[in-house]
Amino acid sequence: MSKVVVLGAGISGHTAALYLKKGLGKNHEVVVVSPNSNYQWVPSNIWVGVGLMEPNQVKFKLEPVYRRKGIIYKQALAKEIRPEGDSSSENGYVVVEYVDEARRGQTEKVEYDFLVNATGPTLNFKATPGLGPDLYSNSVCTYDHAYHAWKNLKVSFEKMEAGIHQTFLIGTGHAMATCQGAAFEYALNIAFEVNKRGLHQFADIIWISNEYELGDFGMGGAYVNRGGYVTPTKVFTESILAEYGIRWIKRAGVYKVEPGKAFYELLDGTYHEQSFDFSMLIPGFAGAQMKAFNKKGEEITSTIFAANGMMKVDADYTAKPYEEWKSSDWPEIYQSPAYDNMYASGIAFAPPHGMSKPMESPNGTKIFPTPPRTGMPSGVIGKVVAQNVIHRIKTGRKDHPHKASMVRMGAACIVSAGYGFTKGQAATMTVSPIVPDWEKYPKYGRDINKTVGVIGLAGHWMKLFMHYMFLYKAKAKFGWSLIPE
Amino acid sequence: MASIHERLKNEPYSEYSFATRPTNATLFWRRCIIKQIYLFFALNLKIMRIVVGGHS
Ligand SMILES: Cc1cc2nc3c(=O)[nH]c(=O)nc-3n(C[C@H](O)[C@H](O)[C@H](O)COP(=O)(O)OP(=O)(O)OC[C@H]3O[C@@H](n4cnc5c(N)ncnc54)[C@H](O)[C@@H]3O)c2cc1C
Repeated sequence: MSKVVVLGAGISGHTAALYLKKGLGKNHEVVVVSPNSNYQWVPSNIWVGVGLMEPNQVKFKLEPVYRRKGIIYKQALAKEIRPEGDSSSENGYVVVEYVDEARRGQTEKVEYDFLVNATGPTLNFKATPGLGPDLYSNSVCTYDHAYHAWKNLKVSFEKMEAGIHQTFLIGTGHAMATCQGAAFEYALNIAFEVNKRGLHQFADIIWISNEYELGDFGMGGAYVNRGGYVTPTKVFTESILAEYGIRWIKRAGVYKVEPGKAFYELLDGTYHEQSFDFSMLIPGFAGAQMKAFNKKGEEITSTIFAANGMMKVDADYTAKPYEEWKSSDWPEIYQSPAYDNMYASGIAFAPPHGMSKPMESPNGTKIFPTPPRTGMPSGVIGKVVAQNVIHRIKTGRKDHPHKASMVRMGAACIVSAGYGFTKGQAATMTVSPIVPDWEKYPKYGRDINKTVGVIGLAGHWMKLFMHYMFLYKAKAKFGWSLIPE
Repeated sequence: MASIHERLKNEPYSEYSFATRPTNATLFWRRCIIKQIYLFFALNLKIMRIVVGGHS
């Protein structure tokens, strides 16, 4: 019997765990370690943040699903990895600390034959003094944060209804933050709700971003074939912001937030501040900050993890300038080069470098987005890692027949721009591949026939459809594995 | 009171004033139920092909 331990029950880890159990059956053990007892469909947090969904609509309890599927669930936080075991144990193990009521603070050694690290991002609010829902800005990164943001947003709406002008600052809260897409959706949804209430004359909505040009989204932008022209996503993004009455500040690295005020440096080295009544600023992301030790107890954290805490996998991490970045730098199987029974999937794997060109201000501040790993690739990578682990367990071989490189994989992102069955709207964007491959596609970096940028009501229906479809899939109901990631 | 949007739109040389804007026809097609039903299926199919085709 083999034992596979999955750390994290987000989009990537939960997908991996369900496929592992499906493929391995009763003869092998699948254990999930995750601190949050709920699964959350993160993309719908945007609607929680504007009061159109309740947190209960975007989450469900994991334990009953895992019980039904025969997956062992530990509501705990992984703290340490011991890939070689220790003097008393030959097997690798993870030290976990329980967070549930009954066992809070207790630790346990969870042994494994295979380990899948899918711990996602740590929201690094501390990297920007004053940032975050506990201090002076809001977040929509979790359903709790989004609900808290909605309570504050409602206050601003009430003030506007009383004729008081409000400034909204939405965007990235760190010079190297990623996840622009989520913040962008939130800005559009706020504008939509403001207009729906007829309050636009009292609102100044500002998009602030570390992108060199709008529409970069951390993936170096893209080109879209529309209206007889191949246009950059800059045009598409500026157009929708202008249509919604949102002005913008780009090339901005937010470095401090105070009550009602954000401080930022521009790429030209100048310093500025922007006051606000309501702000939602995405923090920088880091890895789960686990430590690793070898058999003798010596720390090997830097062997397993990159400096930001994300796990090193089969990528080429050699530092090189933008001009020398290659598609072959990106991983295919997400296996640790140090221990071949360890994998990292979703946001937990360390990318070899960015996709957007690195930029630095004259003061030496790096101001550019780090690479995003959206839901679709996170789910696909979780599935492919599970398939390879199943293959290894069932055949005893060490090869990896399943591959999912972000240089070959495409992705779709549906950017909600307002909720409503006949009045709603969203921008549907597809790119293929996710990471631009300038050798294969010298003109535009990607396959222009697979790149789409369409705005309309259909996008809203798709986003809503995906909300229900992916929650159904995550609940592992009848036919779940037929639904693609 | 004019909204920020109206003021910026007419403010020459603001970045905002250079943005491409949809025409009324574009806005109409974005909400036209028949076209949107077609797009719903066409885009879903396109996304499905991209997801399934990108990994092995
Ligand atoms: C507001 C918002 C909107 C978004 N919208 C979209 C969208 O429309 N489309 C799209 O494709 N993507 C979207 N994304 C991105 C998408 O949500 C992420 O790509 C996806 O959640 C990443 O999955 P993951 O499993 O790697 O990480 P997560 O979903 O963050 O899951 C990580 C899991 O690990 C657990 N964990 C953390 N630390 C530990 C530890 N030490 N031990 C054990 N477990 C741990 C966490 O509790 C969590 O369960 C959005 C993101 C945000 C924030």
